[in-house]
Amino acid sequence: MSYRVERMPEMQFRDLEQQQETAQFGMWVFLATELLLFGALFTAYTVFRYFYPAVFAEASHGLNAVIGTVNTAILIVSSVFVALAVAAVKSGRRKAFLFDLSAAIFLGTAFMALKGYEYYEHYQNNEFPGLAFDYAVPNAPIRQVYFFLYFAMTGLHAIHLTVGILLLVYVLVRAYRQHYSTAYFAPVENAGLYWHFVDIVWIFLYPLLYLIDIHH
Amino acid sequence: MTDRTNSDLTNYVIGGVLLVLTLLTYLAARIDLGAANLIIALLIAAAKAILILLFFMHARKSGGLTWVVIGAGLLWFGILLLLTMSDYVARYPAI
Repeated sequence: MSYRVERMPEMQFRDLEQQQETAQFGMWVFLATELLLFGALFTAYTVFRYFYPAVFAEASHGLNAVIGTVNTAILIVSSVFVALAVAAVKSGRRKAFLFDLSAAIFLGTAFMALKGYEYYEHYQNNEFPGLAFDYAVPNAPIRQVYFFLYFAMTGLHAIHLTVGILLLVYVLVRAYRQHYSTAYFAPVENAGLYWHFVDIVWIFLYPLLYLIDIHH
Repeated sequence: MTDRTNSDLTNYVIGGVLLVLTLLTYLAARIDLGAANLIIALLIAAAKAILILLFFMHARKSGGLTWVVIGAGLLWFGILLLLTMSDYVARYPAI
């Protein structure tokens, strides 16, 4: 891939390779702290599901499992495109690189659109604690806890995905302006690591929130 | 730098396996297996996470330092979950 300026390492690094390794190490440390951020919510979920499995199963049926499954597939395919984009930039295939990034951005946006539609449905069905919630149904307080957790977990995930989309848009603009090369691609790899982490979080949210006892 | 790039074929194959596992998660949830439903769902999710970690995130070709960070993250999450639950399961009356 041709690039505009010869990229030099920052002064504290021996070479671009060491700079790249350092940047990536920083991203891994950040992702470990992210695991604990989401981990607190997963722990809260575990506590309440342990005590109220039946109410959680009942409340889970209010979720649209078809959209949940489609969204899981969308995120997985987006992750494939991000992985392809990283491989493309490293081997200098500019067209593939730009296409793969665009595809991942499109799929991420599609996920957000479907998620937004789901939130709208919950609002219509009075399953939105604080805004529109039906307290006349059986087990309303614990049902409300389930939906609190649902919105907190998917909401935090959606915020992360939005950040991921913005990161990929930034990378796409910089890629279009030929800032990256086969020698300099650390921001692409790091944005990719972040994207895959957010995908992994969803892979756990999907069965835990959508698929509780759906065989009834 | 050690070359950590996946071939495009590797990425396609891993993506395909992940999609199959997603379908499997959904189908397994449709069958009543009692407590095993949750265990199967979590095992499949863990398998998918490991595939993404090893291949898409290149952990299988990363150095020991990366694995220390991954291990530390999982260890502390494990401590959070284990100690929290060891308290709650021993409480009476329940919350």
